[in-house]
Amino acid sequence: MQSIHVRTKINGQAAEFLCEPRQSLLEVLRDVLRLTGTKEGCNDGNCGACTVEMDGRIVPACLVLGAEAEGADILTIEGIAEGSALHELQNAFLEGAALQCGVCTPGFIVASKALLDSNPDPSEEEIRFWLANNLCRCTGYDKIVRSVQAAAERMQQEATP
Amino acid sequence: MSTSTLKPTSTSAAPADRSGNGAPHRDGYEPNMVLATQTFDVVGTRPVRHDGADKVTGRALYGADLALAGTLHGAILRSPHAHARIRSVDTSKAEQMDGVYAVVTADDLPEAEDKLVDVGEGDTRLSYVHGNVLAKGKVLYQGHAVAAVAARNQHVALEAADAIAVDYEPLPSYMTAPEAMAADAELLHSDLRMKEFGEQTDKPSNVAEHFHWTAGDVAEGFAGSDVVVERTFDTSTVHQGYIEPHNVTALWNHDGRLHIWCSTQGAFVVRDVTSKILEVPVSNIKVTPMEIGGGFGGKIPVYMEPVAALLSRKTGRPVKIVMSREDVFTGTGPTPGSHVRVKVGATTDGKIQALEATLAYEAGAYPGSFVAPGGMCVFAAYDCANLSVDCYDVVVNKPSSAAYRAPGATQAAFAAEQVIDEVASKLGLDPVDFRLRNAATEGTRRADGPKFRRIGCEEVLHAVRDHPHYAAPLTGPNQGRGVAVGFWFNVGLESSCTLNVNTDGTVHLVEGSTDIGGTRTSIAMQAAEVLGIAAEEILPEVVDTDSVGFTSVTGGSRTTFATGWAAHDAAQKIVAEMRARAAKLWSVEADQVQHAKGVYSSNGNSIVFCDLAAMSSKTGGPVSATATVKPRGVGGSFSANIVDVEVDPETGKVEILRFTAVQDVGKAVHPSYVEGQMQGGSVQGIGWALNEEYFMGADGTMKNSSLLDYRMPTTLDLPMIDTCIVEVANPGHPFGVRGVGEANIVPPPAAIANAIHRAVGARMQRLPMSPPAVWAEVAGS
Repeated sequence: MQSIHVRTKINGQAAEFLCEPRQSLLEVLRDVLRLTGTKEGCNDGNCGACTVEMDGRIVPACLVLGAEAEGADILTIEGIAEGSALHELQNAFLEGAALQCGVCTPGFIVASKALLDSNPDPSEEEIRFWLANNLCRCTGYDKIVRSVQAAAERMQQEATP
Repeated sequence: MSTSTLKPTSTSAAPADRSGNGAPHRDGYEPNMVLATQTFDVVGTRPVRHDGADKVTGRALYGADLALAGTLHGAILRSPHAHARIRSVDTSKAEQMDGVYAVVTADDLPEAEDKLVDVGEGDTRLSYVHGNVLAKGKVLYQGHAVAAVAARNQHVALEAADAIAVDYEPLPSYMTAPEAMAADAELLHSDLRMKEFGEQTDKPSNVAEHFHWTAGDVAEGFAGSDVVVERTFDTSTVHQGYIEPHNVTALWNHDGRLHIWCSTQGAFVVRDVTSKILEVPVSNIKVTPMEIGGGFGGKIPVYMEPVAALLSRKTGRPVKIVMSREDVFTGTGPTPGSHVRVKVGATTDGKIQALEATLAYEAGAYPGSFVAPGGMCVFAAYDCANLSVDCYDVVVNKPSSAAYRAPGATQAAFAAEQVIDEVASKLGLDPVDFRLRNAATEGTRRADGPKFRRIGCEEVLHAVRDHPHYAAPLTGPNQGRGVAVGFWFNVGLESSCTLNVNTDGTVHLVEGSTDIGGTRTSIAMQAAEVLGIAAEEILPEVVDTDSVGFTSVTGGSRTTFATGWAAHDAAQKIVAEMRARAAKLWSVEADQVQHAKGVYSSNGNSIVFCDLAAMSSKTGGPVSATATVKPRGVGGSFSANIVDVEVDPETGKVEILRFTAVQDVGKAVHPSYVEGQMQGGSVQGIGWALNEEYFMGADGTMKNSSLLDYRMPTTLDLPMIDTCIVEVANPGHPFGVRGVGEANIVPPPAAIANAIHRAVGARMQRLPMSPPAVWAEVAGS
């Protein structure tokens, strides 16, 4: 099978890779680029563990072909923290005990960041609606929702001069 | 007990304990309250978990993230039939495909000896474990592994697995316990003989085991009752539903050493079971537990590890296999479906006079359904002299069942707690009051014989009765409030822990319990408490089986309890050594050195742990200690729910309006993660109650084996889950800890069923209580 040469941008940096036409973006991220923070839970778009941001929209990377990343701008969990500083969502998840096994956490953080980028002060209902495609089997979601609320509050405080 | 149990008895349980856990409930109370009875410096606080940074940045390495140089990728061919004889397996086409390196079938496994093997939480016959890993002669369920391939990449491996030709002769299949127990049912295992009342009989049967516990005189108890209610209940098969699929990488090195990396709740179980299956000494196998993405009991069994090992031996290269989600549903242990009859009799004074239950659980393809713990738990909350509990373990053509959070107890509670509620209602008593009048307490004899030591059943029921939620008014039509109580054990088993003191005053903690939900931290906190240092100054590490003493599974609600105890004991040894070091410094005897909260003192001299650690080289060398435990002071946990539902009579859809989980946890080492266990268990129970089931076709195959169709609860289905931690110290643990991981899943289906009954009058006798099922009951009632 002939490989395809793809030029893209991942976490702010130009990236290029070779992939087979049948390989998903999830496979490329994990197996080719070794960005294994993006997790596979179902490979059919129903668990949200592989959520990444692509050109400003969150997508399950398992439902995107690697070749479709040509020219795209992709953000993964590895690009959420800035240098040595964790994102407020990451801090909030730690302080709020919003993870147990942690395997769904990258997907939740990427999805939550996209929410707060577009809606800095979401209601509980808006958070629950936005995160409904991300499954967590450990926490019952309570502490995840509260941690997103806590991060939103802190980010708004920081944004206020 | 007084009615003041909702007043926290320690200062740490006051609002300061909220720790950013969110706004107060709309009714003005603390959504997550801790009714603490004893306080410590570290135990009971909420530090950030030690592995947290790795897990919020995507850096933590789970099994599927491992990529050793030269790795081949495996795929497993699984049976499309629920029950069939294998006439032949032809692997020749697959073997000739480009990029295929090896194919294995059951013929590559050594013959199974007829002996028992410990599979993590009990013994089973080695031949069953063998047969489940790779089918020999017959397939017993859709998804049963038949052959495996190692290839250049996963795509090639899957194509090659498809190219294996298996000739099947389909056989009749049995999906429920009553079907498989029918007199004319064909036998799943020609060599299975029923074990009855503890004796091995020569009766061929699909009933692997039948036993009966009795106490007092049940017939007399019912005869003397004013109200008797008897009902039968059925529950569907459900899955643990962890988000991370099973995975393994195996390297059978050329020196004969086998190294396995996998997602497991018990690295030593993987080592020991693989050793028995492959007939390799345990000393030749090293298992490295990778980070684990959920388990709930479902990652105790060994499935692919021996298969990957065989493929690695054939190819001389590392072989990695990762299950698909469909493989997880059809090829790994769900929890048993059940058929349960419960009969309860009581007198007008509100006293239960007799309790009777028959439980038949689906073991799946091989014996071992956890019906025994179901029978032990079914009436555990009640003190009644006349008891009868009859249990059947039945093989059916479904995947071999595995533990799922309080295995066996939720099905039993779904039945018992509804009948108890109905009796209370017929007696005109408040359901909590009725339960309190009959609550089990210290000295109560359980159905299976043992008498309870100190338990918190009454305290949990008091907390329910006094909780603001229980008195809050409902707000509309078709709403109802239900309660239920549940019980689960915690087991002791075996744990090891080593502490190495660093010269900067920190301590490395080495343990063998895989960390599913924050146990690195809850174990480290117990060592920190003894040493008088901060939780952050302990650096816990979960290591491979070559690098720590034997440690049993992360399961049975035992890890914080037992491995925490090993950490406590190791820390005490460190304290003893540090006293000796300080004594040397001051030229006194060790027994003249006192230790309190990390400060060592004697005759006006004093030195803190950190400074003493820095001088270890001058006072005798490295400071290190190991402790191993096999604790006996286990203490079970009671859990209860208050749940408000609204039923849509047009569609049968049940909405959870409000949910409160109450649990006796002994001592909450890290309250945030204890709340997390309560909330997570509650939501798994809600899913089990309302949505989840193996939807089986007439041909015995699963029709909903994706996460879209097997509908687990999402954020949008749920309200916040409020918690109330009750602390009735376990006298059998240094900090009073009880296992907290499991009891919380037991009451939700029953509590929701009771709420539905109060909302619309329908008595739900089948799980799940999905919209069509509820609609049919509402329309019929």
